[in-house]
Amino acid sequence: MAERVVFRSVWLPWLLVAPQLIITAVFFLWPATEAILQSTELPDPFGLSTQFVGWDNFDYLFGDRYYRASFLTTAIFSLSVTALSMSMALLLAVLADSVVRGSGVYRTLLIWPYAVAPAIAGVMWLFMFQPSIGLFPYWLKVLGYEWNHVLNPGEAMSLVVIASAWKQVSYNFLFFLAGMQAIPRSLLEAAAIDGASPWHRFRTIVLPLLSPTTFFLLVINVVYAFFETFGVIHTITAGGPGQSTMIMVYKVYADGFVGQDLGSSAAQSVVLMLIVGVLTVVQFRFIERRVHY
Amino acid sequence: MAAVSLHDVRKRYGKTDVIHGIDLDVSDGELIVIVGPSGCGKSTLLRMVAGLEVVTDGEIRIGDRVVNRVEPKDRDIAMVFQTYALYPHMSVFDNMAYGLKIAKLSKDEIQRRVDEAARLLELSGLLSRKPAALSGGQRQRVAMGRAIVRQPSVFLFDEPLSNLDALLRVQMRLEIKQLQRRLGITSLYVTHDQVEAMTLADRLVVMNAGVAEQIDSPMAVYAKPATRFVAGFIGSPGMNFIEGELHAGRLLLANGDVIVPREAPVHSGEVTAGVRPENLAFVEPQAADFSLQVVSVESLGAETLVHGVVAGRSMASQEGSDVIAGVAGRSLAVRAAGTLDVTEGDTVGLQVAPGGWHWFDNTSGRRIPEA
Ligand SMILES: Nc1ncnc2c1ncn2[C@@H]1O[C@H](COP(=O)(O)OP(=O)(O)OP(=O)(O)O)[C@@H](O)[C@H]1O
Ligand SMILES: [Mg+2]
Repeated sequence: MAERVVFRSVWLPWLLVAPQLIITAVFFLWPATEAILQSTELPDPFGLSTQFVGWDNFDYLFGDRYYRASFLTTAIFSLSVTALSMSMALLLAVLADSVVRGSGVYRTLLIWPYAVAPAIAGVMWLFMFQPSIGLFPYWLKVLGYEWNHVLNPGEAMSLVVIASAWKQVSYNFLFFLAGMQAIPRSLLEAAAIDGASPWHRFRTIVLPLLSPTTFFLLVINVVYAFFETFGVIHTITAGGPGQSTMIMVYKVYADGFVGQDLGSSAAQSVVLMLIVGVLTVVQFRFIERRVHY
Repeated sequence: MAAVSLHDVRKRYGKTDVIHGIDLDVSDGELIVIVGPSGCGKSTLLRMVAGLEVVTDGEIRIGDRVVNRVEPKDRDIAMVFQTYALYPHMSVFDNMAYGLKIAKLSKDEIQRRVDEAARLLELSGLLSRKPAALSGGQRQRVAMGRAIVRQPSVFLFDEPLSNLDALLRVQMRLEIKQLQRRLGITSLYVTHDQVEAMTLADRLVVMNAGVAEQIDSPMAVYAKPATRFVAGFIGSPGMNFIEGELHAGRLLLANGDVIVPREAPVHSGEVTAGVRPENLAFVEPQAADFSLQVVSVESLGAETLVHGVVAGRSMASQEGSDVIAGVAGRSLAVRAAGTLDVTEGDTVGLQVAPGGWHWFDNTSGRRIPEA
């Protein structure tokens, strides 16, 4: 049992948690309440008055073909981002783990992308893949492939997935590397003596022992792909071409601020909030039972 | 079953030499204990035999094969680690079966071998547990079991008992010895505990700073330590040493005092004379070679350790006796069987037992043979 501090004053504890409470109130509770309220209202075309419509916004939303498409797009997008960034990070971590000399430099270099803001990352990848002036489209053309993500939905999706995954690789890498370095060397040596090949050791010893890290990162990456990739989407495709990269978070913005359909946008926010809630519960459940083996 | 031989084996990390050329022939079925202070290179040597470290120079043979470039898995060895290195996510059964599954043994054969090892090590009831749910001693047994089931030609142990409490250590020491005898598997056993070393070994390798100072049976190492280091390392409390210049059977000390031992080798030069605490006997003052002022008494029941400083030459001392008078002020340890009636501050007479002296050359550190 951790020892508990007892405060004499009633006010001091409140004062100490006040900054946290204020931030939560201003940046979460207030907008969240507003969103919930607005999701039940319909403003008139001029924004002068609103009327209460109950579940109508939600009914309309779930009946909307584009919204259901956005669900699917989001699922494809976040699974791809998670799979790509985690597998790349795992590969890099395995390589870094086996490097003895210069590992510090290697690690530092791999951590840098994390410091790049999403929008900057988006612009950077946009430049590299810009159909007319980008380097990659030029190389691809040499190989006989015509790259144009502005017109091709599949290519657009690939590009935002790559850019988003790239940003998250550093974070995953750090956790995977730390997880791997926490595995005692003697375990792998014992396995080597037992006759296990490097691949077999990785599969039967390293991966199972990394599973807590892997699960943690899975949740983190899905959350990231859902909510923090706005900047990347905004700078690279803005949801297009068509609706092909219109993930749910971007659709909230597109419908609300661009389309001025505030009721629908608010309803979408509420749906997203519910999803975050579920993911958070999953994550906490998991952190509570930390021991897996 | 296989013999192991090391020929001028060396290990270098970058520019630092860690092992300076070790020769060792282990015969089939022998239990060799490698003992030495921390950092002397015991683990490194063992890991080179296991194939976990690259051999910088020299040759290691297991059976009639040179294994320098052979992968650990192909060396037909099993190793027990200090930390046991059990796979934490696998049951005891799976831990033991891991290597057998890789070797593609049949399910029946795996079951049979694991059951047999479990019976031998009294682990039968624990096969479905995970290592985290075992006591230290049980984990140690699982580590042993994992080594046994593979039926290797050579066992390698790296301080397998150092994480256990004293009582369990003694028990497991006996069990390991019996097991090794029963299975007759050639074993190399690393420890820094000299009691473990003395009790387990068929032969001891006493290492110091990457050099094998002596390779011999425990009793030979005790009775005739080959170097001053070995003399000081084996035996507890350690041997008492006196440095001086030996000339015509007389030991001249730096402060001008002279010791005339009953037995001295024919040798002259800078030497270290040593006498074990158990080779000093308490005697009546008249018969004493010198007297000791007692500083502390440690009664262990079966034996008593007396620490003191040399107080001076006994009145009764004559020419030809082991006079240590010149070493007045030196501290000395004495060990006697049973309990003793001495307390701090007493002055007692001591005599060096016949054959109690050991002589070492100061430049080479090597033993000077008796006359
Ligand atoms: N990877 C390494 N790089 C450089 N020096 C090393 C390395 N591994 C071991 N050494 C050095 O080699 C020497 C021998 O190490 P080793 O682990 O064999 O000692 P030991 O006799 O097993 O000691 P202990 O009883 O503490 O386990 C030590 O001085 C150690 O610092
Ligand atoms: Mg060691």
